[in-house]
Amino acid sequence: MTAIAAKAASARPARRGLVITFALKLWREKRLGAVGGILFLLFLVCGIFAQWLAPYGINETNLAYRLTPPSLAFPFGTDHLGRDMLSRVLMGAQLSMLVGFLAAGLATVISVVLGLASGYFGGKVDMLIQRMVDAWMTFPDLVLLVVVISIVGAGIVQIVVVLGLLYGIAGSRIVRGAVISAREQMYIHAAQSIGGGTFYILWRHVLPNIMPVVIVLFTTRIGAVILSEAALSFLGLGVPPPAPTWGGMLSGAGRTYMYVGPWLAVAPGLCLTIVVYSVNVFGDALRDQLDPRMKGSR
Amino acid sequence: MRYLLRRLLALIPTLFFASIIVFASMRMIPGDVIDLMLAQNDISTGQDRARLEAALGLDQPIVSQYFSWAGKALQGDLGRSLWKNTPVTEQLLERLPITFELGFLALLIALAVALPVGIYSAIRQDTAGDYVARSFSLLMLAIPGFLLGTVVMIYPSVWWRWSPALEYTPFMVDPLQNLSHMLVPATLLGLSISAVTMRMTRTMMLEVMRQDYIRTARAKGVGELTIVLRHALRNGLIPVVTLVGLQAPLLLGGTVIFEQIFVVPGMGILLLDAVSQRDYPVISGVFLVVGVAILLINLLVDLSYGWLDPKVRKQ
Repeated sequence: MTAIAAKAASARPARRGLVITFALKLWREKRLGAVGGILFLLFLVCGIFAQWLAPYGINETNLAYRLTPPSLAFPFGTDHLGRDMLSRVLMGAQLSMLVGFLAAGLATVISVVLGLASGYFGGKVDMLIQRMVDAWMTFPDLVLLVVVISIVGAGIVQIVVVLGLLYGIAGSRIVRGAVISAREQMYIHAAQSIGGGTFYILWRHVLPNIMPVVIVLFTTRIGAVILSEAALSFLGLGVPPPAPTWGGMLSGAGRTYMYVGPWLAVAPGLCLTIVVYSVNVFGDALRDQLDPRMKGSR
Repeated sequence: MRYLLRRLLALIPTLFFASIIVFASMRMIPGDVIDLMLAQNDISTGQDRARLEAALGLDQPIVSQYFSWAGKALQGDLGRSLWKNTPVTEQLLERLPITFELGFLALLIALAVALPVGIYSAIRQDTAGDYVARSFSLLMLAIPGFLLGTVVMIYPSVWWRWSPALEYTPFMVDPLQNLSHMLVPATLLGLSISAVTMRMTRTMMLEVMRQDYIRTARAKGVGELTIVLRHALRNGLIPVVTLVGLQAPLLLGGTVIFEQIFVVPGMGILLLDAVSQRDYPVISGVFLVVGVAILLINLLVDLSYGWLDPKVRKQ
């Protein structure tokens, strides 16, 4: 009896306390994941304050200093127009994070809406939605992206919407699975039997129960979106230049100068790899902690 | 036989929706095809416009447009390139084998790396070797393919004056020359694909190695090597086969990047060139063919799944 009371009391501390407790638990049990989370936060902070952190303007060209190797004045060197690579990489972080959060957010919303509809209603609705998802997922991400961007044009809004749609539709599968297993729980049947409306049940009972899945989905999507945006910018179909995208810095125009200035590939390449790696291990750890059922699925 | 039939029937709705996606993408082109064609031919009177519309069937209702397009596509007629004015199918047939060769080589390399390492990682769980293998696969998941390609292009040439060959030779003309060109992109693509397969192989082998029949085999005194190769592998590899099917999109998507970096004239380059020239018939042709190819690969994988695993066949 006292154990139950104590459990009930500890289950309802202040919300901020909950987050801190969870972070501490993550640090103790999943060290690598926690380090990934910290690294990612670091990049996020750099991205948010990029304007103030960047020592030079991102499009400030200085031909006298073109292709300068890394030095104290230019820690990451300069590119073929004499632009400071550190400043450009910092602003690149901002762009990547912006696209990452917006597109992953949009993707999560789409996944949740489709997954709820498909999983909760089942039957013909499920059948129809799932066949469409099948068809959509038949196409390779990159081919789909290239085709759609060729139609809607390149730009930051287009990229966010297209990436959101792409990963949203693919992710609906995972939400659907979670909804199906939540749907058969006793409390859902109870809510149905006392005459709860469909939207009420979905909002108050189903959604809170699939939240762990949704949070993990959102986190892992950030990495995937950042990677896809970089790949598109690399192909010249992402955010158009002179925007300082990491993918764009590694692409065709920059590549020809890399034979002279090999450092040009280092900063954007490392940043991209570290961000994606850290968000991946953080997502993995989060999944293990929040939702043991999803363990090993990827 | 019933299994085969059921799989084929399940393919139809997916194929239908996939073709609708391709068709819809063609109809969403900014401006429209007629403007593009007229702009390219420098003639634009009202009469030409109406004639072209009728010739292309664009004056008909959208549903019948879809069916006439799908009917032609089924017969292998995907229209003509706006740029080169040759049939799209002809261009696709020229490029398709090149992309498939690259994809196939990459798959072979991925399996050659992932299977032994994944198995080793599982039977030597939590040893130094296991950690190295797992860190490697996590790293490969994070490094984007285009970065890998760029690094291999730049650094060996800066440090050792060696750079990968960039001249394509058809396999039929000179197999060795062809392979020496394809090997670098195929290895890189294979390595980036191998990460997921390696993780999956490890997980499956770990699961199988804990099962009772393995313990029975050990109790009988069967050697460890035989246990792994004859008993565990057979069960553990079945899900890995499915994974190979799931990776087909990744493989074909990856070829776009590596073809671009290493100048392999396959479908990826065809697609990117068509995008920059706004050659929409070619774009939608590549789009359709890639989708159909992946559906067929997955069908084959499903069938082999039934063949490998008696449990699936009996269901």
